Amino acid sequence: MSEKRHTLSVLVENTPGALARIAGLFSGRGFNIDSLCVAETLDPTLSHLTLVTHGDDQIIEQIIKQLRRLVDVYKVVNVTEEGEYVEREMALIKVRAEKENREEIFRICEIFRCKIVDVSPRSYVVEVTGDKNKLEAVIELLKPMGIKEIVRTGIIAMKREKKST
Amino acid sequence: MIVEALKKEGVEVIFGYPGGAVIDIYDELYKTPEIKHVLVRHEQGAAHAADGYARSTGKVGVALVTSGPGATNTVTGIATAYMDSIPIVVLTGQVPTKLIGNDAFQEVDITGITRPITKHNFLVKKIEDLPKILKAAFYIAKTGRPGPVLVDLPKDIQQAKGEFNYPEEIKLRSYNPVYEPHIKQIEKAYTLLEQAERPVLMLGGGVIASNASEEAVKLAEKLNLPVVMTLMGLGAFPGEHYQALGMLGMHGTYYANMAVANCDVLLAVGARFDDRVTGKVDAFAPGAKIIHIDIDPTSIQKNVKVDVPIVADCKRALTRLLEVTKLVGRPKKYWKERFKDWWEQIDIWKKRYPLSYKEDPNYIKPQFVIEKLYELTKGEAIVATEVGQNQMWTALFYKFKYPRTLITSGGLGTMGFGFPASIGAQMGNPEKLVIDIAGDGSIQMNIQELATAMEQKLPIKIIILNNGYLGMVRQWQELFYGKRYSAVKFNVLPDFVKLAEAYGAVGIRITRPEEVEPTLKKILSMNTLVILDVHISPEEGVFPMVPAGKATTEMILV
Repeated sequence: MSEKRHTLSVLVENTPGALARIAGLFSGRGFNIDSLCVAETLDPTLSHLTLVTHGDDQIIEQIIKQLRRLVDVYKVVNVTEEGEYVEREMALIKVRAEKENREEIFRICEIFRCKIVDVSPRSYVVEVTGDKNKLEAVIELLKPMGIKEIVRTGIIAMKREKKST
Repeated sequence: MIVEALKKEGVEVIFGYPGGAVIDIYDELYKTPEIKHVLVRHEQGAAHAADGYARSTGKVGVALVTSGPGATNTVTGIATAYMDSIPIVVLTGQVPTKLIGNDAFQEVDITGITRPITKHNFLVKKIEDLPKILKAAFYIAKTGRPGPVLVDLPKDIQQAKGEFNYPEEIKLRSYNPVYEPHIKQIEKAYTLLEQAERPVLMLGGGVIASNASEEAVKLAEKLNLPVVMTLMGLGAFPGEHYQALGMLGMHGTYYANMAVANCDVLLAVGARFDDRVTGKVDAFAPGAKIIHIDIDPTSIQKNVKVDVPIVADCKRALTRLLEVTKLVGRPKKYWKERFKDWWEQIDIWKKRYPLSYKEDPNYIKPQFVIEKLYELTKGEAIVATEVGQNQMWTALFYKFKYPRTLITSGGLGTMGFGFPASIGAQMGNPEKLVIDIAGDGSIQMNIQELATAMEQKLPIKIIILNNGYLGMVRQWQELFYGKRYSAVKFNVLPDFVKLAEAYGAVGIRITRPEEVEPTLKKILSMNTLVILDVHISPEEGVFPMVPAGKATTEMILV
C-alpha cells in the first residue's frame, strides 16, 4: 500500500491534557505528525486542531479511529478524503536584504503577493500565505539571497461548500 | 464530598494506603462505616485488588492512594487493567493546587505519567468540578470498552467546602460509545455463516465484559459451531462442553489452532487478535472470511483484515444475530447435518493430539495438580493466576465453566498480579472459594499482601507450583537459546511454609504425586489462608507451544 499525505481536522474539548493526549497517541503508537496547528474555535470550550500526517490507508484508518477513541475528542474529519478543500499556511521569512537584491525580493513578493512586514538596514521579514507549494516556491526563490530564519505556522484546512445546491 | 460521591456510586469497598496527601479523605472514611476500607501493604496491591474485585464482580473497583510514590506504585496495576479493559477508578492525592509544578514534597505529575495507560484521567482544579468529574470517572470506566480512570485530587480540593450536587446522570458530548449493531452487518454475518462449510466461533474477553456468555452459548449450540477462546475469553463458554476446543494461540490446544487455521468463516467476538493469539498474522486463518464483533472500532482492522466488521456491544450483537437466526428459522438438525464433516475432521484432530502430559512417578506434574483442583472444586472456584507457566497450565487444564472465574493478567502479563487480585476477588465474593495459582517467582513479587489477606481474614488458597525456576523464561532458553539458562534459577528461595506461618497462615509442602489429592482435599476444606508449596518436576514445559512469530499450525506438541 502506498503512503499518502492526509490532513485531519479535529475538534477537541478545550481541557488541559487534551493536546498532550493526542501528541502522546502519535508518539506512543509510532504514527507521524508532519504539522500541527491548534487554536480556539467560536465555541471557547472546543479547540480546533489541524493535523497533517502520512501513512498507508490502514494506518490512516487506525489514526482516525484512535483519535475518536479519546474521551476528549469531539469530531475527526479526514479533510483529504472529503472532496474539495482549502489549505493554507503562513510563513515569516527573514531574508538578507542588501542593496543589490532588494529589488529582486520586492519583485518576488509582488508576484507571490507576499508582504514585507519588517524592515531593517540589512534584512526584510517577508510574510507569505498560501498552500504548501506556494510557500516552498517562495522559499526556494529567496534562498539565494540568504535566508536567516523561517517560522511556519503549519497547515490549516477547511472543506469547501458544495458549488451547486 | 469525595466519600459522599463514592457512596452515591454504590462503592462497598476501597483498596488503599494512606499518606499526607489523602489524609483528609481518610478522615472522612473514618466516619463512614458503610464503605469498607482494605489496607494493603503496597499500593500496587491496591490497584490489583481493585482490578480483581472488578473482574470477579463486574462492578467498578476503587483504589485510593497518596501522591508521589503512592501514585507511581499503582502504575503497573493501572496498566494491567488498561490492557485487559477492566473498569477501575484510582483516586490519587496530589499536593495543593498552588504547589503543583513546584517539585513539592511527594509531588508527581501522575496524570501525565498515566495518560497512555488510562482510558481517561482527570486533575481536579476547582471544587465546583469535583462532583461532575467523579461521576464522569465512574461512567467512563464502566461504559463502552471499560478501562481504568484516574482522578488526581489536590489536597486543597479535598479540604474545600462546596455545594454537593451529585449529578444523577451524565452526558459527555465527546464520548458516545456505540452499543447497538448495524442490522445490515448482522445480516451479512448471518449470510456468511449460512454459506460456511467450516465455521469457528472465537470468544474473547469482551464476551465476559459485556456479560454475553449466555448468548454465546445459545448461538454456538443452535448453529453447532466449534468454539475457541482466547486467554481472556476462558469461562465465556463452558470448558467441558462438547463444542469447546479450548484456548487458541501460542499455548493453545492442537485442535483449536488447527480448527482456526482451516476454517472458512471465523466469527470473532470481543477479541482483539493479539500477537499471542494470531502468531504469524499472514498464516492466521488464511482461508477464512472474518466477522469481527467488538465495541472498540480501533480493535477492528488493527491486526487482521476483517470482512464483516460489527462495532457493537457483544451482548447486543449476539442477541441480534440470534434473532436473525430465529427469523430464518432453520432447525437445529439442519446445522448439525450441515457441519457434520467439519466436526468429523475436528474430532480426528482431537484424537490425534489431545491435551496431555507425561506422567512420572517421581515427580508431581503441575498439570496433574490443576486437573485435580478442577475435579475437586467442580469448576466452582474463582481462580486467579500469576504469569508464566503457572498461568498457561491453569488456562489449559482448568476447564473454566463460568465467566468471571478466571482472574488473570492477559495483555500486560503482570507477575505478582494474581495474589492481590485474589484479595479483591475474595472481598467481592465472600462466599466463594478463591484460589491463586502461583509460581515461585511471581508470588514473591507481591508477597507482602499476605498481611492484608490475614488482616481481612480471607481464606484464600495459594498454590505455588514451585520449580525453583522462572519457568517460562527457562522454557524459552531451553528451546530457543541452546539451554543457556541465564538468570532463571533461584538459588535462594524462602521457605514458603515458614513464611505462611510467619504471617499466621497455614503452610504445607508436598513433593510426592500421591500427596496431591489428599492435601488438596484437606486445604479446600480449611477456612483459613493456606499456602500450598508444591514441588513440581523442575524442567516441565508448557505444551503445545507455537514459537513466537511462527504460524499457529507450527506447534511443538510435547
